[in-house]
Amino acid sequence: MATNSERVIKIIVDQLNVREEDVKPEAKFIEDLAADSLDTVELVMALEEEFGMEIPDEEAEMLTTVGDAIKYVEGKLGTGA
Amino acid sequence: MNELQGQVAIVTGASRGIGKAVAEQLAAKGASIAVISTTSTGSESVAAELCQLRPGCARPYALNVADYQAVEDCCKQIVSDFGRVDILVNNAGITRDNLLLRMREEDWDQVLAVNLKGVYNCVKAVVRPMMKAHYGRIVNISSVIGITGNAGQANYAAAKAGIIGFSKSMAKELASRSITVNVIAPGFIDTAMTAELPPEQREALLKQIPLGRTGKAEDIAAAVTFFASKGADYITGQVLCVDGGLVM
Repeated sequence: MATNSERVIKIIVDQLNVREEDVKPEAKFIEDLAADSLDTVELVMALEEEFGMEIPDEEAEMLTTVGDAIKYVEGKLGTGA
Repeated sequence: MNELQGQVAIVTGASRGIGKAVAEQLAAKGASIAVISTTSTGSESVAAELCQLRPGCARPYALNVADYQAVEDCCKQIVSDFGRVDILVNNAGITRDNLLLRMREEDWDQVLAVNLKGVYNCVKAVVRPMMKAHYGRIVNISSVIGITGNAGQANYAAAKAGIIGFSKSMAKELASRSITVNVIAPGFIDTAMTAELPPEQREALLKQIPLGRTGKAEDIAAAVTFFASKGADYITGQVLCVDGGLVM
């Protein structure tokens, strides 16, 4: 079964239409992965759907890198990497 | 011409008048139609008529577009029934005309709720599947009254002008996903809504129309069909008056 981190990365790959090798923890969605503002909203909504959680706007704004998103999801689910 | 073959269109206010004509023309171009009306009898009879032309091409839905949750549930049902949604035509509208001094709060609220919030509700409900598909055609039916204003129709004019501002904002937000959003502003069209006008007011109105006649629901439907077609790929955020030259 895929780890949470793998699930997050898969969503990012699908949603932003990027190559998996570019989805490194330090990669920034907007600067490095060429996401626009709609992409980031869609990405957050996709994460909400995948993990059955609600991500408030003010927390979503803090998720600027791949690592942020993985840490956030793992923190919310209470599971380590 | 089956230009819209395989596409799915949602048409609100489709039981009669402009909405019905839109549903018929989109269906004639090959689209499948989700026929939305406030009453199930209205939507069922139009869906049945469409299905006589092409079996299975339409399904009826009863919905009050002012009800956010109901719109969301209905659109989910439509996507599940048809598998996709390509075209949304926001046509549902009501009037509660009166001079401002006599306009009751509920006249204002109802017209804004159906005519403007209804558009927000429906666009909100279909925008995600359209974004995922990287394709969508949204056509909102405003009115020339939303551009010129009209004594006795402050609520209607406010809602119809609101549709224009909303649509231009949506056009900008959604352009990167190849979703176009355009507005049609009908002039004086022969429908149940305009049949209530007294004869002398009707005469006075006719004199102001350069083409010298009232419009037909089909005139509006033709413009909607154009915005929904391949030929309108490069047009978004526009307001097209279909009014015999009344506003120019």
